[in-house]
Amino acid sequence: MSILVLAEHHDGQLAGATAHVVAAARAIQQDSGGDIDVLVAGENVGAIADAAARLDGVSRVRVADAAVYAHQLAEPLGELLVALADDYGHVLAAATTTGKNVMPRLAALKDVAQLSEIIAVESADTFQRPIYAGNAIATVQSDDALKVITVRATAFDAVAETGSASVEAVDTVVDNALSSFVGEELAASDRPELGAAKVVISGGRGMGSGDNFKLLDGIADKLGAAIGASRAAVDAGFVPNDMQVGQTGKIVAPELYIAVGISGAIQHLAGMKDSKVIVAINKDEEAPIFQVADYGLVADLFEALPELESKL
Amino acid sequence: MKVLVAVKRVIDYNVKIRVKPDNSDVDLTNVKMAMNPFCEIAVEEAVRLKERGVATEVVAVTVGPKAAQEQLRTALALGADRAIHIQTDERVESLGAAKALARVVEEEQPGLTILGKQAIDSDNNQTGQMLAALTGRPQGTFASEVVIENDKARVTREIDGGLQTVELALPAIVTTDLRLNEPRYAKLPDIMKAKKKPLSVKTPEELGVEVASRLTLVKVEPPAERQGGVKVGSVDELVDKLKNEAKVIS
Repeated sequence: MSILVLAEHHDGQLAGATAHVVAAARAIQQDSGGDIDVLVAGENVGAIADAAARLDGVSRVRVADAAVYAHQLAEPLGELLVALADDYGHVLAAATTTGKNVMPRLAALKDVAQLSEIIAVESADTFQRPIYAGNAIATVQSDDALKVITVRATAFDAVAETGSASVEAVDTVVDNALSSFVGEELAASDRPELGAAKVVISGGRGMGSGDNFKLLDGIADKLGAAIGASRAAVDAGFVPNDMQVGQTGKIVAPELYIAVGISGAIQHLAGMKDSKVIVAINKDEEAPIFQVADYGLVADLFEALPELESKL
Repeated sequence: MKVLVAVKRVIDYNVKIRVKPDNSDVDLTNVKMAMNPFCEIAVEEAVRLKERGVATEVVAVTVGPKAAQEQLRTALALGADRAIHIQTDERVESLGAAKALARVVEEEQPGLTILGKQAIDSDNNQTGQMLAALTGRPQGTFASEVVIENDKARVTREIDGGLQTVELALPAIVTTDLRLNEPRYAKLPDIMKAKKKPLSVKTPEELGVEVASRLTLVKVEPPAERQGGVKVGSVDELVDKLKNEAKVIS
C-alpha cells in the first residue's frame, strides 16, 4: 500500500516540516513498500505543489486546489482526506497545529486509532512516541488497516530537494457549511515562534519582575531566539501564559536552550529537556536545572546577562 | 444553551513520572492524581459562560475508572451543575473516549461541548477533533477566546506563528489552549455543596460503544538520560564553549 503525506504550507510556501514528514514516510516505505504521494490542499497552491514535487522519494503530488480548502479548515480538509484515504495504508502529517487539527477527524471517520507525534519508525506498524511530555517513550503498534499518523518533524532529518515527482489534480471538492475563516493574526514580531525557534532563552522566577525580562531581549535579538518563561514566572505574573515552556505550556526542542533564573522544576524540564544544548544561568549552584544543563554558569543573572549580551 | 464539558483524570502535573521495571507502562501506583490542566480550563470556560448568562446548564462528563469521580466532583465544586460518569476500567484511548462522548452528546444535545486540547498523560491531542468528526459538528481547537453570538461561535485559535479566528455553526466542539482563561480554585463551601450535586453513572456497554484501545502498547521506557554537563567559570568561557565546542552559535 502507498503512503500519503499531507503537505504543510503557509503564505504560498511549502513549509519546511513537509520534508521531514516525507523522511518519516520513507522510513515506513522501507518496510511496507509502495509509493509516497504528497497531498497539497488549498487555494492557488500550484507553486507549493511544484516545491513538493522536488522532495526526494515522492512519486506523485496530488493537488486539491479549491476555495473550500483555503486556510485548510479542519472540516473540509478532513473530508477530502477521507475521500482519498482508501488508496493508502498510511496517511501522515506534521504534528503542527494544522496536522493536529485535521488528522484526528480522518482517523475517527475511518474508525481507526491515530498515532500522535511519532519520533521513530520501528516498522510499518510500530512507532515510538513521547508520552507524559517526553518523560516516557512509548512503543506502540497499530493493527488498523489504515494508519493515521502525525510526525514530530524535528525527530526526522529532512529529505533533499532533488526529486521530480509528477503533479496531478484531485477533482474532489467538498462542501463546508460548518465553519468559516474570519481572520488571522500572525505574530508580527521579528522573533521566531517558540515551538519553531532554533534558539530559546527563557526566564524564571529568578528574573524578579516582568520588567526584568527586557534583559533577555538583547540576547534574543543577537541569537535570533524566541523568549520563553517557566511556569513559576507566569504564575508570579511576570509574563503572559503563552510564553510558558513546560508540561502545561509549550514543549520545545531547539538547538540551544538558555534557562535564566529557572530552578528546573519537573514540569519545566518536561518542556525543554529534548533541546540539543542546554545552558543554565542561576545563582543557586544546587538548582536542579544544572543536572540537565550542558553548560552551567553559577552567577547573578543581573550581572551575567548584560555581559553575555555584550560578548555575543 | 447547555454546555457539556469533558474532563480527564491524569497524574498531577508536578509528579515525577516513573516507568514500571517491566517496561509495561508508567507506574501510577500511589501517585497523586488530578484533573488534567487543560480540562480545568475547559471547566472554567463553561462556568464563565454560565455566569455570563450564555449557558443555562453545565454538565461535566468523564470516561474512566471509578476513581475519576473525584475529578467530576472537582468540576461540580468549580460550578458544573451535574455530572455523568462513563465508568470503565479499560485502557481508553482517544477514539474510544470520543465514541463514548459522542453518545453523551447525542443524548444531551449540548449547544457547545468543551474539552481540553490534550491530556498530559497520553499527549494525544485527538479526542475533541474525533468527537467533532463523529458528531458531524465543527471544531474550534486550541482556543484562546470563545465568543457566542446568536447561533454561532467565534473561536480564536492558537496556531503555529499566531492566531486564527474561525466562525462555527452551533452546535460545535471547542478544545482549550492555555490562554483561554485562568482557572479558579474551588472554595471549601463549594466542595461541600458539590457532594450533593447529581452524578449519574453509565457503562460503555449501556451506551453501546466499544472503548478498549486498538493500539498495542508494546513497551514504555524512560527517555535517554541527559549527560550531566560542566560548570563554566565565566561568561567568556560560556561563549567560547557555545561557539567552539557545542557550535550552536557563531
